[in-house]
Amino acid sequence: MPSRMSILTKRINDERGVCFYCNQCNRSCQVYADFSSGSCLIFPAQKSGGQIDLYTNAMVREVTVDGNGRATGVHFIDKETKLDRTLKAKVVILAASACSTARILLNSKSSVHPNGLGNSSGLIGKYLHDSTGTDRMGFVPDLMNRKIYNEDGVGGMHLYSPWWLDNKNLDFARGYHIEVWGGLGAPSYGFGFNPNDFNRFFGLPVGGYGESLRNDVKKYYGSLVGMSGRGESIAQKDNYCEIDPEETDQWGIPVLRFHYKWSDQELKQARHMHDTFESIITNMGGIPLGEKPGKDKNYGLHKPGRIIHEVGTTRMGDDPKNSVVDSFERLHDVDNVFVVDGGPFVSQADKNPTWTILALSWRTSDFIVDQFKQQNF
Amino acid sequence: MNRRDSLKYLASGTLATGFLFSSCEWMSKDAVVKSLWKYKYGRTPEEIIHDNNLLSQQFFDAEEINLIEDLGNIIIPPNSNGNIKEAEVVDFIEFIAKELIELQQPLRFGLSELNKRSINDFQKNFIDLNFDEKQKLLDPIAYPEEVSEVLIDQANFFSLLRDLVVTGYFTSEVGINDLGYVGNQPNVWDGVPKEILLKHNLEYDPEWESKFLNIEKRNDIAKWDEKGNLIS
Repeated sequence: MPSRMSILTKRINDERGVCFYCNQCNRSCQVYADFSSGSCLIFPAQKSGGQIDLYTNAMVREVTVDGNGRATGVHFIDKETKLDRTLKAKVVILAASACSTARILLNSKSSVHPNGLGNSSGLIGKYLHDSTGTDRMGFVPDLMNRKIYNEDGVGGMHLYSPWWLDNKNLDFARGYHIEVWGGLGAPSYGFGFNPNDFNRFFGLPVGGYGESLRNDVKKYYGSLVGMSGRGESIAQKDNYCEIDPEETDQWGIPVLRFHYKWSDQELKQARHMHDTFESIITNMGGIPLGEKPGKDKNYGLHKPGRIIHEVGTTRMGDDPKNSVVDSFERLHDVDNVFVVDGGPFVSQADKNPTWTILALSWRTSDFIVDQFKQQNF
Repeated sequence: MNRRDSLKYLASGTLATGFLFSSCEWMSKDAVVKSLWKYKYGRTPEEIIHDNNLLSQQFFDAEEINLIEDLGNIIIPPNSNGNIKEAEVVDFIEFIAKELIELQQPLRFGLSELNKRSINDFQKNFIDLNFDEKQKLLDPIAYPEEVSEVLIDQANFFSLLRDLVVTGYFTSEVGINDLGYVGNQPNVWDGVPKEILLKHNLEYDPEWESKFLNIEKRNDIAKWDEKGNLIS
C-alpha cells in the first residue's frame, strides 16, 4: 500500500532537497524535503526577492477596521516586549487555524460588526468538526525474533488504506481510513515498559529480571502492530466554539469555549472500526490486545479535537446567510479579509486536511494577486 | 535597544540566534545562553530554565542511588553488549523522578520498603545481601501475575523500576546498539530487503515495482508528461 506523505523523495527544484531517510521529520527537515510552511514556502519566497517582513512572537488580538467596517490591518501583542502594536494592511489574510481564526474574528467587534468581523450570518465558530479516531494494537507471533533491518524509510509513516466496503450495508454515514503502524523504530521513552507482557500468550511468566528479560525485549521488538481509524464526522451547527465571556489568556485576549458532542453516526462508525481492526489483526495471524471498547467507552472514540483536524468554523458557501466565506475564501461581509486555514471546510472527508488547505489557499492567493492587478484593493 | 532597532531585528528573523535575548531586560542572558546539561538540542529558553532548575536539585540520596544501581544491575545485568552504567541509567532515573513528580513517592517508598523487608528477613540492608538472598526478596514481587495481596505495593514498585531501567537502557546509545536498531541511517532507503520478504513468504507486487522510485535518479529534477506520468 503506497503512502501519501508531504515528503520529496525526488528532486523537484533547486530550492528544496531530497529526503535522505534520517527519520527526523518531526524535528524540522534540515534539507526541506519534508514540507513545512516556513522552510518550504517562506524561505524560498524571501530568497527569491519576495517582499516579506516577518514578525515573529506576535500574538494577534484582532483585525482593525475603519468606519465603514473594512479591514485596515491587525492589532497584535509583541510577546517579547508585551507591547501593543498595529500593522496596517490593504488586505488581511487569516490562517491561524480554524478555531484561532474564529477567535480573532469574533474578538474583532466594532459598530459595523457587533457580533464579530464577518459574522452577519452568526455562523463563525459553528459547524466545528474534527476527524473521528480510535485505535487498537495487535501482537503478531510471526514477527517475533525478527531479523533486524532498517525499517525507518520516510518519516512519520502511516499507511493510508482507503475505504473498500459497500456503503449500502452500513449503519452510519460517510467512511474512514485506517493508518497502520508498528515496526522496528527507534526506542524512545516508554520503550520496554511491560517488556514481556506477551509471554502470557505462551504460558511463560510475565515480568522477572535478568538476562532473560533482556532477551525478551529483543524477542518482541517489532512484533507489535497498531491500527488507527480516522473517519469523517458530520458537521453539526450545534457543535461550535464561541468567546468565553469571562476568561482571557495571559495577554488579556478573550479565549474560546467549546460545545461539542459526537453524534450517533460517529459512535457507530467507531464501533465498525473496532470490528474491522479485530478482523484484520486476527486474519493476519495476530492477537488483538486489550479489550475491544464497548458502548460504555463510546467504542473507544477519541475526545473531539484529539485528532487535531479541526475545521468548519468559517464555512464556505454562496449564500451569505448560510456561510461565512465565498468560493475564494473571502468574507461575505468584508471584501478585503480572507481565511485560508481549515475554517472554510464545509465537510472534512476522512483524511488530513492540509493538502486541501494548501490547494484552496493557492487558489485564493491567485485570486488576490489578480484583484491587486485590477486595482480592486 | 531602541524600538526602531528592535523592529528591524524582529523583521529580519534573527530570533533564532539568541541575539535578541541579550538585549532584553526581562530575561537573564545567563539563563538563556548557559545550559548545565551536556545534551544540547533545540531547547527553548523556557525549557533550558526548566532543565537547569531540575539539574541543580537532587532527589535521591546516596544510599537510595546505590540501591537503585544495585537493582538496575539485577534487572539488566552487565554483559559484553553493555551495562546500565555505560547507559547512565541511574542518572536517567534520578532525572525522571525530578521531572515526573508523581513517581517520587512510589519509588522512594518502594526502596525503603524493600530495605525494611531485607532487615526483617536477613537483618541486613539489601545491598549487603548475597545474590540468593536478594532473589528471595525480589522473586515474590517480580512477577505481576503471581503476587500475594500483601506485597502488591512492592510489586507495583518493582514494575515501575523495571520499566524505567529497561527504557533507560534501551534508549541509550549502548542500549540501542545492544537492541540492534539499524534505522536512522541517512542516505538511501529502498524498501524491505528481498531476503527478509522471502523469510515471510512475501514479495513486492511485480506490477508495482516499476512504479517505485528509481533511487539512482532521485536527484534528477522531476518532469511529468501531459498525463501526469513521471518521465525523468
